[in-house]
Amino acid sequence: MSNVAIADQPDDSHHPKTFITKYVWSQDHKVIAIQYGTVAIFVGLIALVLSGLMRLQLGFPDSFSFIDPSAYYQFITMHGIIMVIYLLTALFLGGFGNYLIPLMIGARDMVFPYLNMLSFWFYLLSVLVLLASFFVPGGPSGAGWTLYPPQAILPGTPGADWGILLMLISLAIFIIAFTMGGLNYVTTVLQARAKGMTLMRMPLSVWGIFVATILGLFAFPALLVSAIMMLLDKTIGTSFFMPAIISLGEQTGYTGGSPILFQHLFWFFGHPEVYIVALPAFGMVSDVLATHARKNIFGYRQMVWAIVAIGGLSFVVWAHHMYVSGMNPYFGFFFATTTLIIAIPTAIKVYNWVLTLWKGNIHLTTPMLFAIGFIFTFTHGGLTGLFLGNVVVDLPLSDTYFVVAHFHMVMGVSPIMVLFAAIYHWFPKITGKMLHKGLGKAHFWITFLGTFAVYLPMHYLGFLGVPRRYYAMGDTDFVPASAQDLNASITVAALIVGVAQLIFIYNLILSLRKGEKSGPNPWNATTLEWQTENTPPTHGNWGEHSPVVYRWAYDYSVPNTLEDFIPQNIPDEAVAKESTTSKSRSQENGDKS
Amino acid sequence: MSDATIDTTKGIEGVVEDWSADKQTFGLPWGKLMMWIFLVSDTFIFSVFLISYMNARMTTTAEWPPTSEVFALEIAGQHVPLLLIAIMTFILITSSGTMAMAVKFAYEGNRKRTFQLMMFTAILGASFVAMQAFEWTKLIVDEGIRPWENPLGAAQFGAIFFLITGFHGMHVTAGVIYLLVIALRVRRGHYENKGYHIVEITGLYWHFVDLVWVFIFAFFYLW
Ligand code: HEM
Ligand SMILES: [Cu+2]
Repeated sequence: MSNVAIADQPDDSHHPKTFITKYVWSQDHKVIAIQYGTVAIFVGLIALVLSGLMRLQLGFPDSFSFIDPSAYYQFITMHGIIMVIYLLTALFLGGFGNYLIPLMIGARDMVFPYLNMLSFWFYLLSVLVLLASFFVPGGPSGAGWTLYPPQAILPGTPGADWGILLMLISLAIFIIAFTMGGLNYVTTVLQARAKGMTLMRMPLSVWGIFVATILGLFAFPALLVSAIMMLLDKTIGTSFFMPAIISLGEQTGYTGGSPILFQHLFWFFGHPEVYIVALPAFGMVSDVLATHARKNIFGYRQMVWAIVAIGGLSFVVWAHHMYVSGMNPYFGFFFATTTLIIAIPTAIKVYNWVLTLWKGNIHLTTPMLFAIGFIFTFTHGGLTGLFLGNVVVDLPLSDTYFVVAHFHMVMGVSPIMVLFAAIYHWFPKITGKMLHKGLGKAHFWITFLGTFAVYLPMHYLGFLGVPRRYYAMGDTDFVPASAQDLNASITVAALIVGVAQLIFIYNLILSLRKGEKSGPNPWNATTLEWQTENTPPTHGNWGEHSPVVYRWAYDYSVPNTLEDFIPQNIPDEAVAKESTTSKSRSQENGDKS
Repeated sequence: MSDATIDTTKGIEGVVEDWSADKQTFGLPWGKLMMWIFLVSDTFIFSVFLISYMNARMTTTAEWPPTSEVFALEIAGQHVPLLLIAIMTFILITSSGTMAMAVKFAYEGNRKRTFQLMMFTAILGASFVAMQAFEWTKLIVDEGIRPWENPLGAAQFGAIFFLITGFHGMHVTAGVIYLLVIALRVRRGHYENKGYHIVEITGLYWHFVDLVWVFIFAFFYLW
């Protein structure tokens, strides 16, 4: 019977036996998560190196002969697309989604493990196809991560022969991979929760990942369709997106297509995509903040509804990316309004994070530092978003470095901050080892201060009118020469931040090998993943008995109890009260594990 | 927030409580729910296709070809618009009916009937694809329409027609294969222990493909 809750299903049927089935063709959600995570971090490092190269060119123009204008555009494009899709989307959903969903809701695995495994292998394939474009004639596409036609597929744009083909194919494969994983995540959250785990008791991490996955399932179709149509425009000469156009002095065969249609489709995907990476970040940061401040999350229900509201609204704001595209001005009015409305649930979330910290017992651990850092960077990026959401304010700022600064703050740095927080927070569960504290803190301070050194000046460059996606400024009247000094300083800061990530990688490797043992629950957290029988959890997660959930995920510092946290699977009777000193809950816990 | 039981209050509150309770949110087998979610996602794909089509049709610079003529059959010197499409639509809707019956017999445990009806559904589906191939041939060979050009008017006509009907045709073809696989397994008794939800899941997919066709039909042939 397929509709029995997984918790009740007999579990002994197919434990993997060989090394291959255990670690390579694995169907265990935890192994798949680690596979996803490793590949994502690997491509993320490539994107980081590319950003360093771009910064070298911008900071010290004409000093590096191997960065010519074509190469610069290829770096931009690959940097952008890798960061947004192959790193952030994959790491949040494929990585943390896979790892956390079953553990946090008390399931033994995803509902369809085989499909889940396929999802990873398709993802790997999409990454390989994308990276292959570095080695084809003409190199990768230089169309910008938004891939706007007509230029994306016309000669003159770098990679217009092979690069763009591989890019589009890789995106299509990624979407297939995402769909296979995403169907699993959604069904698992809806149907496979442990006894007592109501939706309104789920940790916010699960809520964020859950809603983000639904967004993905509805938004990626637009990207898939536009990728297919652009592929056809490119390969067999249809004119979906291509108007009659003269290219390199010759009339092309295209006629009557609509480039602006592509922009609509792209941003119908592109804006929800922002929230596909932001919502899991929102959720995970909430859990980290509550745990390390030893306080229940402020306004749990509001937080849940805010996630849902943001998810819904994110489908009706897309054209705020197109104020300068020449679309009907009335559209601008509508989309500016919806954009500003979405600020409300977002602001609620920020207030609630801050209020969670208020009067909390804050432990400045590494994950907590990153989580607090996130509040700063996200607020910062959100405020500049209010500028850009208004049509009249956006017009002069559009396509300047102000925009670059804005989106890096809000969807680049902020989710990355949460990813670091999450890695420092959950690494002990994943590996059984603690990450090194000193290295972690050094990593945090350099990264946090560094991002401001990189992006704050960019806002100012934007006000000066320095355009984005420019290889070099040359002699431009309206930009003062001092802008170049600013650019040089940004580059120095960016390189320091980039190199500082080596500390993190070193920390991962060092701690994996020699890290101090973490024990099952080093942060004294309440959520289920910390209550597993083994650390790291073994296949099937829960040993013989699935957990039963008696409370919500945030029982920290409950008055009149002995300890400052009550795990979700502890019934009321077993909670150690202040008066009954003889029997402490940790002893009980000790018996169990 | 610490009791394991939930009191099901009435009204909206009750609905919310009920939905978020610790039982499964939907009283469905996992596979069936997953198929539903997939179909919603697929709906987005087809919607984007159709919206792109509408957009192209409204913005293109050249004239849209007169659909009632392009899609007409020449029978005994008579010009019969929409004949082929009417037959195709009829076939597909009939196949939905046979599929629904297959589901009924599956739940009654009648393996033989289920097998037969699923095979019949698959045959109807295959004949739909065959007719579509016929129509494509007619457009390509007789009328000279190509994805990149169209002697009768806007080039987007051919492009988007072949794209959408092709994409739908691929769905039907995949559905036929899916039906065959499941039908053969039903005959072998593969699902005796697992239960026959799988037939209904296959059916969901099949009905979806039919439903999409109705929209394609309406937007392409009747507009
Ligand atoms: C140390 C970290 C980073 C540095 C130094 C950096 C630097 C840059 C630079 C120099 C550009 C090109 C600006 C231009 O010429 O218009 C750029 C573009 C971009 N970056 Fe980053 N970046 C970093 C991290 C990230 C992250 C984490 C994301 C994830 C969302 C991201 C997403 C993008 C996107 C989407 C573009 C636009 C690409 C395009 O215009 O097509 N970046 N970045
Ligand atoms: Cu947006």
